[in-house]
Amino acid sequence: MTALTDTADVTWRNLLTQLRTPQALVFAAVQPVIFVLLFRYAFGGAIHVPGVNYVDFLMPGIFAQTVAFGAIGTAVGLSTDLRSGILIRFRTLPMARVAVLGGRTLADLARNLLVVALMAGVGFAAGFRSPHGAAALLGALGLVVMFAFAVSWVFVCLGLRVSDPEAAQAAAVPVLFLLVFTSSAFVPSGAMPGWLQAIGTHQPVDALVVAERALILGGPAAHDVLVSLAWSAGILMVFAALAVRLYVRMSR
Amino acid sequence: MNDLVIEAEGLRKTFGQVTALDGLSLRVPRGTVLGLLGPNGSGKTTTVSILSTALAPDAGRATVLGYDVVRDAARVRATIGFAGQFAAVDPNLTGRENLRLIARLSHVNRPLVRARADELLEAFGLTAAAGRLVRTYSGGMRRRLDVAAALLHNPPVLFLDEPTTGLDPESRLGLWESIRSLVRSGTTVLLTTQYLEEADVLADEVVVISEGHLVGTGTPGELKARFGSVLFDLGFGTRSDADLATKALTAAGYRPERSGTSIRIRSADGSAAIARVLRSLDGLVPDPTSVAVREPTLDDVFLSLTGGQLS
Repeated sequence: MTALTDTADVTWRNLLTQLRTPQALVFAAVQPVIFVLLFRYAFGGAIHVPGVNYVDFLMPGIFAQTVAFGAIGTAVGLSTDLRSGILIRFRTLPMARVAVLGGRTLADLARNLLVVALMAGVGFAAGFRSPHGAAALLGALGLVVMFAFAVSWVFVCLGLRVSDPEAAQAAAVPVLFLLVFTSSAFVPSGAMPGWLQAIGTHQPVDALVVAERALILGGPAAHDVLVSLAWSAGILMVFAALAVRLYVRMSR
Repeated sequence: MNDLVIEAEGLRKTFGQVTALDGLSLRVPRGTVLGLLGPNGSGKTTTVSILSTALAPDAGRATVLGYDVVRDAARVRATIGFAGQFAAVDPNLTGRENLRLIARLSHVNRPLVRARADELLEAFGLTAAAGRLVRTYSGGMRRRLDVAAALLHNPPVLFLDEPTTGLDPESRLGLWESIRSLVRSGTTVLLTTQYLEEADVLADEVVVISEGHLVGTGTPGELKARFGSVLFDLGFGTRSDADLATKALTAAGYRPERSGTSIRIRSADGSAAIARVLRSLDGLVPDPTSVAVREPTLDDVFLSLTGGQLS
């Protein structure tokens, strides 16, 4: 019981803190909107994907990119708490141990829900139509949010291991760039050289984008959805277990 | 009921190559203040972290109110308040929000959370600033909020790691008074400090540590009597009087330190020895124009214990 209320309290604190940090807000909400508009209007004219509207092709990619990069916030927030001594105080309180990590990842889940909704709104204003209906779109967004929750545990591990928030960013950004930009998020994989395709299409970001598109653009989707869910479930199990281990170890 | 509230036996902790604690033992009786004194890196923070369950020792054991800090950590946490070296309050919450959050996480009865937070804001003079974000607070205000946060669940045992580091003199006096009134109401306190004056003013018992082990212990008075020497400063009207006095004192077996028209003598026998010093001048030298007696401070004790100067 107390584990639930403690987690809710920490979640609330993390959300409130993010709302009051202008840099975090810009990073979480303004930047994704700029990306939608940039790719739709600045690059979109030059990129042609046969058979579909580029904006319908683009939105699944932008959703994946946004939650992948947004997860850095999980590591930055945790690392900041670690440095400021707040986590040390938390360790001396009679609160549930799980609340620190749970409160962090749940706050980030809530943030992702808001950001994804905001981007979908901006996408609609920019011509995004999700041709196969609302249910397909909601299914795709469900995959995005599940992926986001799983990945935030990877960044919990990172946040617990690095010495400061800047180091967390430095470690995460190159890997994320590689995953996002070798995937089919912005351009079809078919346009990439074979060796890059091989890397780009066997990783979780691409699996997510492919599954979203299968739902949004129509066609057989079951296999792609299962692959993406399997990635998210696998990442979640491995990194949540690792994160708990790292957190418990910190007091040794 | 055991009257020792905090007991530690042979605590050991290493971080990689560095030995932070090398077999430290200490005991704190109920309702008293133990001052843990030592230079940076001596193991003070490690000790407090272990006793407050934030860190597990490599060896040794410790109990708080009879509960083992490792095996019964949850019980220990319910009985202690902890304020760490850095004010661990959230800059992006208001003072009131910080206290309410920590109160809920300290499992203060939900209906009492608001009242308890307001009570402590009042007690620490933060009521007027309660609605402001903590990032707009001064260092002293943050510190007070941090200590207030440690008291929300009325803990009978309080750990304070360098509570007044970086505070201005007025804030320091205010915090001292708060700590004293907690002790009067029965709280047991373990505090670390680099300020010898602070230990002198607050502590019933002082433990001096260096490089992870105990180098001296006693009441502030005992330590000063044992390790510090009293200084007598005698001032004379003229240099020639001072010359005469230097000779007379040397002849009487003292080691006067001359500086202009004044002479300093160190006494290991306490301030009462001033009478003998003055008698050795009687009839040989004109009376000194000023006599000052400086009692030893804990600084003197500290320096002699940690090798800064021979005792």
